[in-house]
Amino acid sequence: MKNFIVPDNIAISDSGFIFLPSTGETFTLNEMGKEIFKLLQAKKSLEEISSEIIKEYDIDEHTLERDIEDFILRLKSLNLVIQV
Amino acid sequence: MSSKKIYERPIITKNQSGFMNKFGSSSLVKPKVEIDGVLVKDLVDKWGSPLFVISEKQIRSNQRNALRIFKSRYPKVQFAWSYKTNYLKAVCAVFHSEGSWAEVVSEFEYQKARRLGIPGENIIFNGPDKSDSALLNAINENAKIHIDHFDELYKLIELTEETQKKANVAIRVNMDVGVYPKWDRFGFNYENGEAWQALKRIITSRNLKLIGLHTHIGTYMMSADAYKTATIKLVDLAKGLKNNYNLNLEYIDLGGGFASHNTLLGQYLPAEEVVPSIEQFADAISSGLFELSGSLDELPTLILETGRALIDDAGYLITKVLANKRLSTGKRAIIIDAGVNILFTSFWYKHKIHPANETGVHTEESAIYGPLCMNIDCIRESIVFPNVKKDDLLVIDYVGAYDMTQWMQFINMRPNVVMIMQDGTVELIRKSEDIDYIEQQEILPATLKNFK
Repeated sequence: MKNFIVPDNIAISDSGFIFLPSTGETFTLNEMGKEIFKLLQAKKSLEEISSEIIKEYDIDEHTLERDIEDFILRLKSLNLVIQV
Repeated sequence: MSSKKIYERPIITKNQSGFMNKFGSSSLVKPKVEIDGVLVKDLVDKWGSPLFVISEKQIRSNQRNALRIFKSRYPKVQFAWSYKTNYLKAVCAVFHSEGSWAEVVSEFEYQKARRLGIPGENIIFNGPDKSDSALLNAINENAKIHIDHFDELYKLIELTEETQKKANVAIRVNMDVGVYPKWDRFGFNYENGEAWQALKRIITSRNLKLIGLHTHIGTYMMSADAYKTATIKLVDLAKGLKNNYNLNLEYIDLGGGFASHNTLLGQYLPAEEVVPSIEQFADAISSGLFELSGSLDELPTLILETGRALIDDAGYLITKVLANKRLSTGKRAIIIDAGVNILFTSFWYKHKIHPANETGVHTEESAIYGPLCMNIDCIRESIVFPNVKKDDLLVIDYVGAYDMTQWMQFINMRPNVVMIMQDGTVELIRKSEDIDYIEQQEILPATLKNFK
């Protein structure tokens, strides 16, 4: 499975607000987006992220997998994650 | 019961600041759960998706409203339903039951009107293509034939002389009304004197009875003033006929072309904010007609062939989400089961599209594609839309005009069309096509039948 990391210079606030210093862009995440982003920052693999969320939230594996993949694609296009 | 937390799909939104969001606020996308009190979900459960839905109530309300607006400004008004805009029988029948005549532009449309029981005298026969047999039939049935060109005028003289029958005719006039594009391909030109020439030729023929003047200045007209100019020019011709030949016309036909509330692709502001109201069109036309003098008996009837503005908002297209995907740019694409082959107007309109159920507050710039395996099948290049998932239903507004006539069977079949009747019941008014329907017109040559 591919893994992704968040560049060190990107900071996220407790409310889910992201600032990208290189371009000055800002982004807002919803609760689930914030949770996943923080797990990515903590250098968790996609499998680890997925299993942590399934433990805590009422969601089936396939839907979650689909949503995470889509979310990561979006983060990639916004230069907020790097594939490793 | 699960003690787990409620899950919501992860979403990231890029913040825009310092300039106006060119897509407007997300609150513009409101869910549309029902149409005329009938649940969208129930409609699809019974009739499938995609599904065209027409509201009888809305058609009647549009027609009555337009008639009231014109009648409060001019005493004699007659509407003629523009068949090409939507010629499904049920739709035409609603307009006819409201007193509208039929306005047709081909022999096929003429036959449709006759089959619905519209007498020839209540049919306006327009257009550049009228075969000899179509003309003869129209003469015999006293239809109002609107002559488009000199070849047709001379053909009519010939046919009426051969048969010794009289034909009721008008001419279509084209003119400069100060808008672009100028429509000069239909009818006789006003400015260069061609229209007057045609009128003189009709008057000197024994068997043609000149009963009216017609113009149709364009389509989706955004300027009400253009109609005033058009009316004044027709009134000028009418006065010339009165002064030179003591001829009183039965009617002046201003055609149609009033814009609806659909926003054009290149239009920045929503149509509601820039399109003139029916009242403004009516004011422009009636102020032009005031140039006419004479008693009420002598005043011509004002005929209107309004199509789009009376039917567009009575039509909906329900469609289902087939898939979500990410494009290489990171932009989201939503694939739906309705393509450009049934939503022809998506080539020029930015249709209003609603989810059929409540969605989250987050929205994302998305492209909406149809199901056809063709690159042209794009319903919307870009729309800020809430998150929807596979099998969710969407409702596309303002599809009553032209979609159900210009649609084509291409790759997929054309779907069911239902009408929500005034009493809230739902009637199927056109069955979806199947392979038998499509193939019944095809013939496979015998020599090709046993290929191996």
